Amino acid sequence: MKTLIAAASIALMGLTGAATAQDAESYPERPVMLMVSYGAGGATDFQARIVTMTAGNEDALGVPIAIINKPGAGGRVGWNWFATQADADGYTLAAYNIPHFIAQSIEGGVEYSADSFEPIANWGADPAVFVVAADSEFDSMQDVVDYAKENPGGLTFSGAGLFVGHHIAALQLEKAAGVKLAYIPNNAGGAGAMKAVIAGEVLGGVNNLSDAYRAREAGNVKILGVFDLERNDFLPDVPTMQEQGFDIDNASVNFRGIMAPKGTPQPIIDKLAETVPAMFENARVKKQMEAGGSPMHVMTRDEVIEMWKAREKTLNELLSGL
Amino acid sequence: MEFLAYFGEVFTPINFGLLLIGTIGGLILGATPGLSPTMAVALLIPFTFKLDATQGLILLGAAYTSTVAGGAVSAILLKIPGAPANIATTLDGHAMARKGQGARALQLSFVASAIGGVFGVLLLIFLTPILAQWALAFGPSHLFWLAILGVTVIGSLDSSSVVKGLLAGCIGLWLSTIGFDDIMGAQRFIFHSSVSGGINVIPALIGLFAIPQVISMFAKGRRSLDAEVLTVESHPIGEAIREVFRRSRALTIGTLTGSVIGLIPGVGGQIAGLVAYDQSRKMSSEREKFGTGHSEGVIAAESANNAMVGPSLVPLLTLSIPGSPTAAVLLGGLLIHGIFPGSDLFDNYPDVAWTFINSMLIGQILMCIFGLYVAGLAAKVARVPNAVMAAIVLGLAVFGSYSVQHSMGDVYVMMALGTGMFFLERFGFSAAPLVLGLILGPIAEANFIQGAMIANATSSIGEYFFTGLLNLVLIGTVVASIVYSIWMELRSRRYTTKEDAVAKEEATP
Repeated sequence: MKTLIAAASIALMGLTGAATAQDAESYPERPVMLMVSYGAGGATDFQARIVTMTAGNEDALGVPIAIINKPGAGGRVGWNWFATQADADGYTLAAYNIPHFIAQSIEGGVEYSADSFEPIANWGADPAVFVVAADSEFDSMQDVVDYAKENPGGLTFSGAGLFVGHHIAALQLEKAAGVKLAYIPNNAGGAGAMKAVIAGEVLGGVNNLSDAYRAREAGNVKILGVFDLERNDFLPDVPTMQEQGFDIDNASVNFRGIMAPKGTPQPIIDKLAETVPAMFENARVKKQMEAGGSPMHVMTRDEVIEMWKAREKTLNELLSGL
Repeated sequence: MEFLAYFGEVFTPINFGLLLIGTIGGLILGATPGLSPTMAVALLIPFTFKLDATQGLILLGAAYTSTVAGGAVSAILLKIPGAPANIATTLDGHAMARKGQGARALQLSFVASAIGGVFGVLLLIFLTPILAQWALAFGPSHLFWLAILGVTVIGSLDSSSVVKGLLAGCIGLWLSTIGFDDIMGAQRFIFHSSVSGGINVIPALIGLFAIPQVISMFAKGRRSLDAEVLTVESHPIGEAIREVFRRSRALTIGTLTGSVIGLIPGVGGQIAGLVAYDQSRKMSSEREKFGTGHSEGVIAAESANNAMVGPSLVPLLTLSIPGSPTAAVLLGGLLIHGIFPGSDLFDNYPDVAWTFINSMLIGQILMCIFGLYVAGLAAKVARVPNAVMAAIVLGLAVFGSYSVQHSMGDVYVMMALGTGMFFLERFGFSAAPLVLGLILGPIAEANFIQGAMIANATSSIGEYFFTGLLNLVLIGTVVASIVYSIWMELRSRRYTTKEDAVAKEEATP
């Protein structure tokens, strides 16, 4: 009996082994699923749909990519599912948001860390910006910091929750300017945080560059500074925080891209790492992304691995004080 | 009157075809439990990639309009509200269906929906700039008081006694605290991975309303094999239209409440129907008939939830802030075509904006026509044996809960809550107040905490929550609502025992 089981298991191993090798060669044979850990209609979902719309082309994957939303708890529900239950066969991919999931894993209480995932490629970089209402008395970050120095803890500003890019930017600003601020996390995400600024419920806010750009076009807000190393193409007239004398790097920039679960066969990862960045560079994708006011930033797998490592280090330093 | 100039656009063959597809598709999606308006619109977004901006928005606008109304079908015939907006419709609508008046209830609901909906879109057309200011006027303190106003409704909503209504509401409030708290960052009551994202309202809604039904259907099915769930008598459409206008008080209250509450970002859509239902009951001369299959209940609830459609888009179209999940999805549909909504939308893209709004106007009327046709078919659909019906409802319930976020966890939550609700119903508790607690809990809590944080940084909590005209008006309404409930309770004390509840259930098979 024992030998029979042993023989059977060896035969089975042989079978699966052969199947894996074959899989990698003919991958992908059927549509690929991309899990987005935010709701339909949010910025991540919207951009994921655009950048994957050409996946079915012959020069890309040759099969369509279907978006599946698993929203909840600021992305934790989806990423927990992805780290623990997703099949590592190359047919289940997910969108990542940096710094969100790394900050959450440092905070604790989740079942993933940067080591649970294999990055494939990065498609976008949405920096955080500081916004105030169009009729605000503040015209530069210096005005904001001066007000905060006169009223310690009295400068209310909104953002999309805790342990997301906006929160990181808020912490960086407090540290760099050496002042105490009142960060008000909003339960309705970036849109809710923006509404609080426009309606005058708070004095200012940290928000996504893409959303702030639209709000400025609509004449509702002023944008005082970008939490990034360089000025952005969408907002060439808005200075960075460093230009205004605050030592703030790009740790809060919201990078979005595609990743696979740990354990996905290496040949499949290599194949994806090769084709996906080219898919993002498609002219139609670029046109749609620009039309939607979403800044693109394509990075290859190796660049993303570097970026994840650097982010983990800065976030560990920043969040250890909390 | 600028919008009239763009009416022709709606009637080009392609646009009108899309409008028809959106309306019919929306009705079907809306009638499927679990497919809320937000999901229906999200499902259609990929199709708009291939269309130009105007056509895409016509499809989305028509689908949004008709899914909201389509939700009434499952609410009335199956007692499963397709979305939170339809909860109030189940209260009298399903009671009417059980009396054999399913067709009448459906006709009333579609006619009332169309009238409310047209009014809402007209508000969007004529008063957008003023309404935008109103939408912004509601800060955390006001939303908190608004949620408390909703809580005062809980006690008197569809329960045999105020105490039991309040208890059910408390269970709902507790359920709403499960999950991850976005503001303070705490994880609460996460005893199983299914609830790590909190209890999603749609699966909870389906479970609480549908599962007790299914269990009782199976239980009855064994006793009499040929039992029918519903008989549906046909009902002349003209009669329904006349009745809606005869009940002008319910219609007016529903339409106005829906339009006003629908404007408020983040709150409106979910509670407009319930607040309108409650208000029209309090002002009705036949308030004791509410809950037993009274036409005013259906008219108020349905006119309110469609009246909210137009105003709910005001914050999106003028301020570029999506006020509801559905509006957020529509924003995606606009951005994909490079259109940034904002105060100058009507100057930069008048053809897109006005055609979109006009299509919603026409969509309301088409929705009514097709809806009335569906109401005629309902008689055939409902002639199904109990056991088969129970299986169908169970299948829809599982499908609907799973499809919300592709999660088996939601199906477990749905089954667990539903089974619990079956036993609670035996003791005279009802599902509506429980769901209301689940919806209002997060609104009240999040806005209180945000308000308190702002208040601590600027002034004091007392000053922030108790001064200002809007706060005082809302507090006054809350007090009036409580006093009214107590007065009514004292005037006609309602006692319930387990025997009463069982007797009531057996009296209405």
